[in-house]
Amino acid sequence: MKKMKIRLLALPTLVWMGALFVLPMFLMLVMSFLDRGRYGQVVYEFTLENFARIADPLYAMIFLDTLVISVLTTVLCIFCGYPLAYYISRLDKSKQKIWLLLVMLPFWINFLVRSYAWVVILRSQGVVNSILLSLGLIGEPLPLLYNTGSVLLGMVYALLPFMVLPIYVSLEQMDERKLEAAYDLGATPWKAFWHVTLPMTKTGVVTGSILVFVSSIGMFVVPDVMGGAKSALIGNVIQNQFLSARDWPFGSALSIILMALSLLLVLLYFRAVKAGEAKEGRA
Amino acid sequence: MFCPQMMFTKQAEHVIFSWIEVWISIIGEMQMKTIIHLDTIEKHFAGNVVIPPFSLSIEEGEFLTLLGPSGCGKTTLLRMIAGFEEPTSGEIYLEGKPLSQVPPYQRDMNMVFQQYALFPHMTVEQNILFGLKMKKVDAAEQKRRLEQVLQYVQLGELRKRLPRQLSGGQQQRVAIARAIVNNPKVLLLDEPLGALDYQLRKSLQLELKNLQKNLGITFIYVTHDQEEAMAMSDRIAVMNKGRIEQIATPAEIYNRPKTLFVATFIGENNIFRQKNGTCLAVRPEKIRVYHPDSEVEKHRKTGRITDVVFLGNVRKLYIRLDDEEAMHVLVNQPASDCVDWQVNQQVAIGWAQTDEVVLSC
Repeated sequence: MKKMKIRLLALPTLVWMGALFVLPMFLMLVMSFLDRGRYGQVVYEFTLENFARIADPLYAMIFLDTLVISVLTTVLCIFCGYPLAYYISRLDKSKQKIWLLLVMLPFWINFLVRSYAWVVILRSQGVVNSILLSLGLIGEPLPLLYNTGSVLLGMVYALLPFMVLPIYVSLEQMDERKLEAAYDLGATPWKAFWHVTLPMTKTGVVTGSILVFVSSIGMFVVPDVMGGAKSALIGNVIQNQFLSARDWPFGSALSIILMALSLLLVLLYFRAVKAGEAKEGRA
Repeated sequence: MFCPQMMFTKQAEHVIFSWIEVWISIIGEMQMKTIIHLDTIEKHFAGNVVIPPFSLSIEEGEFLTLLGPSGCGKTTLLRMIAGFEEPTSGEIYLEGKPLSQVPPYQRDMNMVFQQYALFPHMTVEQNILFGLKMKKVDAAEQKRRLEQVLQYVQLGELRKRLPRQLSGGQQQRVAIARAIVNNPKVLLLDEPLGALDYQLRKSLQLELKNLQKNLGITFIYVTHDQEEAMAMSDRIAVMNKGRIEQIATPAEIYNRPKTLFVATFIGENNIFRQKNGTCLAVRPEKIRVYHPDSEVEKHRKTGRITDVVFLGNVRKLYIRLDDEEAMHVLVNQPASDCVDWQVNQQVAIGWAQTDEVVLSC
């Protein structure tokens, strides 16, 4: 009886996720094998045509671009996020609170608004270019927006908190005496970081990487707003299929492939981490 | 050519040189003996004096214990020697060399941490080898020392385990192995047995003491457990509020405490206030109990027994004195003593003058 009551606590989430996550996913899987009618309606006939279309080099290239951008975003987030998380974890408790608040502050403002803010800053008549022009440092506006660089900038900006927070948590949980033990045994600060701090906070890096990678692989707002027409990522293609081209079955097929791909990559990543551990174990 | 003048000078030279040699060796030996010297060090934390200035010399091969209640500054002192805390002023010398500019990772000493601080992602073997790897000891030597130390602490079969797969006692051994494998000049131990249960602590106390004797390493051992300190140390430094109250052998600390704090912190003691403003400390086992109407010349005070507690080897008598302060006195009687004292019995107590310690209070 008591157990039943405890189980009830999980019920709302189970219902919610079942109705709004598992079911739609299933529908999408089914739809990816269906055909499209002339007017964009779904025709209930089995076909593999949608998946065959993805083999088109055009889509393969977009998938590849998306992967490259996502991996770069993840790596950049690690390189920016780890030092920041480390810095925050070394501060006094009261200062830590302020910094964590600053890290999370952007979440309080709508993501779309923040993306357009970047447009205001980076476009040819934008803040940066105007200042540089008026200082006479450049003759004509720099192409700061609508390229891969600006997409990358926007992605890292949007997803950095997802990297900082898990790393910060694992740094916080680490017992400082382990680090002292490393110093005591003759490790220089750098070696102590490499052999003790980093392996002990790996969970944070792995968690952050997955959060950032999975979010960036499906991201469509940033490339849409900051990437312009040139850099469509797979998220934009999917969005188009559902909203503009009205080809839901093809959109579904793209989504399924994207999901499979990111699952596969996450699994590979886990494997690599495990292998690294084993290697370190032998050394 | 015969030249007596030259002969004389040569002889004189010889004598002088051998004199110098003797002196150098004497001075050398004197320096050899002190391995760590704390020179008027003090520590402030946020404006508060945690450790007021003091000096202390620790001898080579000595087992010195810093003993005191929690918050007395003993761990801070140990961490200053290790280099994790900086003294606010003063200097620490290791074999005559000042340490203030030497970071912890270059100090030739190792620490056994409270709760061990083993690296959770490394096996027993990797934990032990960490120090040797950091110092780039060559592989053959690493292997040799690892085997030696594994045998020493009897962890051979557990070498591939991770710390979380070990019991508390086993983790403790790994922590010690990880420190001594580096052949440090000084081993610092911060309550290394604090997390273990009573029985294990007892047996590890003896093991540690034997280890120290066999290796000849200087041990600086921090504990709040006076029994542990008594069982293991060559010298005990009793600390209170950052101050070292007394440094002496366990026997001297117990029998001849210098301050009231030492007298009451170490073991049980009866403190009698005297009219001249001093106190007398008399250990419970030194007090004799008599019938009030016998051996009058030995009586010091009279009182009434309020409690009798039988503890197997001793019987503890609690006696309320008849004088105006109605002070309670504790008497430990060997259980084999055949007099069977009862609660509410009127008694007289006495002790030998040699068993009392006069203290200012």
